[in-house]
Amino acid sequence: MRNLIDVTDLSVAEIDELIATAEDMIAEPDKYAQVCRGKQLATLFFEPSTRTRLSFESAMLSLGGSVLGFSEANSSSTAKGETVGDTVHTVSCYVDIVAMRHPKEGAPYAAAQYSEVPIINAGDGGHNHPTQTLTDLLTIHREKGRLDNLTVGFCGDLKFGRTVHSLVNALSRQKGINFVFISPEELKMPAYIKENTLDKNGLSYEETASLEEAMPKLDILYMTRVQKERFFNEADYIRLKDTYVLDPEKLETAKKDLCILHPLPRVNEISIAVDSDPRACYWKQVKNGKFIRMALIMKLLELQL
Amino acid sequence: MKIDSIQDGVVLDHIKAGKSMDIYKYLHLDKLDCSVAIIKNVRSGRLGKKDIIKIDSPMEVDLDVLGYIDPDITVNIIRNGVRVEKKHLALPEKLVNVIHCKNPRCITTAESQLPAIFLLSDAQKRSYRCAYCEAEKTRRV
Repeated sequence: MRNLIDVTDLSVAEIDELIATAEDMIAEPDKYAQVCRGKQLATLFFEPSTRTRLSFESAMLSLGGSVLGFSEANSSSTAKGETVGDTVHTVSCYVDIVAMRHPKEGAPYAAAQYSEVPIINAGDGGHNHPTQTLTDLLTIHREKGRLDNLTVGFCGDLKFGRTVHSLVNALSRQKGINFVFISPEELKMPAYIKENTLDKNGLSYEETASLEEAMPKLDILYMTRVQKERFFNEADYIRLKDTYVLDPEKLETAKKDLCILHPLPRVNEISIAVDSDPRACYWKQVKNGKFIRMALIMKLLELQL
Repeated sequence: MKIDSIQDGVVLDHIKAGKSMDIYKYLHLDKLDCSVAIIKNVRSGRLGKKDIIKIDSPMEVDLDVLGYIDPDITVNIIRNGVRVEKKHLALPEKLVNVIHCKNPRCITTAESQLPAIFLLSDAQKRSYRCAYCEAEKTRRV
């Protein structure tokens, strides 16, 4: 039985295989419409979400399966003090696969110790968000035709941004990736990622506080939201939340084939005026998220066409 | 107990001078009913000075705990007054309920009944990461 707790639980070859399956699903969705018939997915969301939860549910329904679950901790036995392990153990007696989101880091790892079915980490605090990473990789692959030899800029909250951490981990296994980390001092990439993922593997990266300076060299620009829920101190959040706002003016020096990504939701870090720019790929990303989750569910349930 | 000869027990040798009390606490030796001798600042060719702990009971020593505290310690098993085994330690790959995560965002700080699991991440730096949240912890002793 396989879980997906961290994106590196999947080998590069397995990710390539998931991307290929997702591409085929996009091309011929009807072929997959009954693959999960009779199977059930539980979406256990101890923290609110729109995209990830509905994307998982839509993915399972598109595969012919069914879904059940809860969308906030208050509507589960967590409100009575039940542990994550007991909640997941219970649900795993009913369903074939579980996708869970939890505000505490490492909660999916804990859940996997008690579950009888595969666990998918749908986001654990500021730690990891592997299915967003698979979504990002599929989008990069569809837009650029490759995952290697790219200059990738990450902008905004690089300290608490779990999607950033997961994507850096995944891209660090590709050849010829140059990382550019754009953030205010207080939200810089954590030292453990720089030391253990980048330095240890001899990968090049640069850090800057200036989006304008970094813009001309980027093939991919990954924007992130400064997340209010990750701050213990609201004053720090207010001070940092509007550090970067991407607008048409800032894009004037960007490459013609730049690919702008954002895990969403956005607040105001990308101006709505950018949405009509052909380089804005974040809505395509949302769509791709469903297909890569379909491919992942099939893989973890060990189902074939 | 004669400090220089025990019949059936364990001798922890090559402890860094001054660290024997830490080991006494980590191994919960205060809970033992038998004689325990802590010998401090013994002359040592290799270390200059060292501490030694002699335990007059054939107890099972938690080698993972000891390896985490100081992998240079040697563990001598004594039976009938004779050393029958000398164990050299290594940094354990995995620690369970030896150290605890201090990250306030980690699930183990909210649910204290979860086993505290740490995995060796860098042997040179002697650093471990929480298996749940990946927060780093470097050996203290």
